[in-house]
Amino acid sequence: MLKKARVAVSVALFSLITFYFVDFAGLLHGKMANLPARAQLIPAVLASAFAILVALAVLTLLFGRVYCSSVCPMGVYQDVAAWISKRVAKKKKRYKFGKAKNLLRAAVLAATLAIFFKFPLVLAFVDPYSAYGRIAANVFRPVYMAGNNALAAIFTQFGSYTFYKTDVFVVSVFSFAVAALTMLAIGYLAWRHGRTYCNTICPVGTVLGFLSKFSVFKIRIDKSKCNSCGLCEVKCKAACISSKQKTVDSSRCVDCFSCLNACRRDALKFAPALMPKKTSTAGHSSAGDVGAVECSVDEGKRRFLIAGVATAAAAPVAMAGDKVGSLTGSSRYVRQHPILPPGAVSVDNMLKHCTSCHLCISKCPSQALKPAFLEYGLAGIMQPTMYFEKGFCNFDCTICSEACPNGAIKPLTKEEKHLNQGGYVVFHKELCVVPTDETNCGACSEHCPTQAVTMVPYKDGLTIPHINVEICIGCGGCEFICPVRPFRAIHIEGHAVQGKAKPFEEQKKEVKEIDSFGF
Amino acid sequence: MDRKQFLRTLALAGAAITLKPKGGMDLMAQSRDGKTVDLVAVMGGEPAEMFKQAIEELGGMSKFIKSGWKVVVKPNIGWDKAPELAGNTNPELVAEVVRQCFQAGAKEVTVFDHTCDDWIKCYKNSGIEAAAKAAGAKMAPAHEESYYREVRLPLGKKLKTAKVHEAILNCDAWINVPVLKHHGGANLSISMKNHMGIIWDRRIFHRSDLQQCIADVCTLEKKPTLNVVDAYRTMKTNGPQGRSTSDVVDTKSLFVSKDIVAVDTAAAKFFGQIRDMPLEHVGHLANGQTMGLGTMKLENLNIKRIKIG
Repeated sequence: MLKKARVAVSVALFSLITFYFVDFAGLLHGKMANLPARAQLIPAVLASAFAILVALAVLTLLFGRVYCSSVCPMGVYQDVAAWISKRVAKKKKRYKFGKAKNLLRAAVLAATLAIFFKFPLVLAFVDPYSAYGRIAANVFRPVYMAGNNALAAIFTQFGSYTFYKTDVFVVSVFSFAVAALTMLAIGYLAWRHGRTYCNTICPVGTVLGFLSKFSVFKIRIDKSKCNSCGLCEVKCKAACISSKQKTVDSSRCVDCFSCLNACRRDALKFAPALMPKKTSTAGHSSAGDVGAVECSVDEGKRRFLIAGVATAAAAPVAMAGDKVGSLTGSSRYVRQHPILPPGAVSVDNMLKHCTSCHLCISKCPSQALKPAFLEYGLAGIMQPTMYFEKGFCNFDCTICSEACPNGAIKPLTKEEKHLNQGGYVVFHKELCVVPTDETNCGACSEHCPTQAVTMVPYKDGLTIPHINVEICIGCGGCEFICPVRPFRAIHIEGHAVQGKAKPFEEQKKEVKEIDSFGF
Repeated sequence: MDRKQFLRTLALAGAAITLKPKGGMDLMAQSRDGKTVDLVAVMGGEPAEMFKQAIEELGGMSKFIKSGWKVVVKPNIGWDKAPELAGNTNPELVAEVVRQCFQAGAKEVTVFDHTCDDWIKCYKNSGIEAAAKAAGAKMAPAHEESYYREVRLPLGKKLKTAKVHEAILNCDAWINVPVLKHHGGANLSISMKNHMGIIWDRRIFHRSDLQQCIADVCTLEKKPTLNVVDAYRTMKTNGPQGRSTSDVVDTKSLFVSKDIVAVDTAAAKFFGQIRDMPLEHVGHLANGQTMGLGTMKLENLNIKRIKIG
């Protein structure tokens, strides 16, 4: 019963979040659409989403790592892989108890804390949500789009435009490779050994595992009933049940509930702490239980404290860095400055918040975001940056800022977006076709929503671009459409710290009475 | 009567029968003073109302659209802008053109534009998708290269080939429904400029003499059967996208003609009343005339001017 409920909830949440990633047509939209992403632990920590953090902590303290079995898409992905392997395996699949690799777990967790010192790369690689996000965005999404295109081709044949074709492409080879390798590596581990990733590498698993030791409900073995037959152990994909010692390492148990049905003697229960104690017959039964757990409690406490201290120490440093950045600004515009997504505030803000889940990149309807390579340096590899090969940032669009669960891209209203200056325009007159060919063009100005690029008289009725950097927001419309090759005659330079554009001057609407045709 | 004669008579009789209704149509198209109307200009009404008047003066939609035809109505939906900002063709006008096509017996009416902004936002926020669908038309996507097929433009001077949207290539007739507006590059965007929305790669236009390329693309063999210029609201500055309603003048006018150069010349002269716009600055007009696409000499045409209210 419990297991069925768990499977149902997991499948529902997994489908929802996966569809949110691949859904290029924007069928899932609205304020609540990204809730499954916001409910992820690492994003909630980075976004300081206290309500979600409290909810997750309470959930875990009550029931253990149900987060890992249902909320985390990477967890469910592994279950899917394990389930398939069970289906296709010739031999019956048997898991085996393994010792907790607590040193490894602590070491990885400690390394991820580097994000508080503007080195998000480790966390970006190992955070299960972000790693799964990249798989969904870089692998599943193109597959989904290709499927759509096949359907669209058939429907279009019959004159129906119910489905429309979409451009399928790999936006970054590096990110695709990372996503594919992650998918294969974690998939392989799950195929062979179940939830290995969750109990060795995953920092979320480590933190929640620590909390789970104190959870009210947990899988408990009634030692008076258990005969160490091992039926539960071979079902345990977390490898946390030792049937010999009749113990369950609840720091590694992901609440899959597979063991419950396996036991023929009804010795396994998912129950509050007090109940088995009341029913337990002899003192020695609980002693063994406690003994197994105790050795790692201290270690866990230590880890927790270290994490807390490190966070506390990092926060003021990080905040101070922010202040300095905004005070001094970046007066020397270096060409290498990548263009941040609107609302990303600054490169520093990105380095402290973004774990490269690629949700913003998936959601951008204009295909104006791609994973960076080394534009932000090594630390920011795979983080989103604007580019204008496929499109440009729509003036009224705030989708990326609404989608970001990490607080890396802060939510913007349409009005704020209109003045958010992520970059500024640079015009290269010597390359422009108006002076070189003495013909009309105006493509850049045409695409400029603020008329920071406007066409002014040149000669003989020709008009030439004139730029006003103050009102430019760096949307890239001009760069996108400029027809000059190999080097465009107009381009956008990024800001390391996003600025504020001046609102363009609104002229009063003149009422012009026209009552003749003029010909 | 030998066999050859019999066949000739039969062929002639057949030809006469097919010609007859056309002659009748031409008669209907003549205005009260008996001459064929070349261009209709209407002022002072609502978009749908003005179009109804104009098409009536031209002999009714059935003169241009035949029963059972697949028709394309091609408005300008280039920008993610609300109708009040006049960046796109008026949705009520588009809807009325669609309705008239169906009334004339069209089997299917398709509406599309290769937009500059994100096409989904343009279709939606222009109001055109909702209006056209309510009138029974299909909205076709045009954001992907695979919807286009390459055609030759043997008469083009700079542009020898272009990838044209399949809806245009597959239809029996298409109606060009641009909006009159200022354009930073071409100076004005009207019917000829609206052709850029049926083409995939527009950068090449801008790279290789925009004013000539606009005329070149209008040499496409399948020409619009009618050009309907929306000047209900006219963007006078910061075109073609515009920034705010201060760029817009409420001009409440409409120009309709089969002659694309003439209707654009008329619209350009009309625009010249709002803001100085010498015709020679709108280079594609003269280029179009040189290439025989139509005439700028409005004085030689029979123009019907109608003022409502």
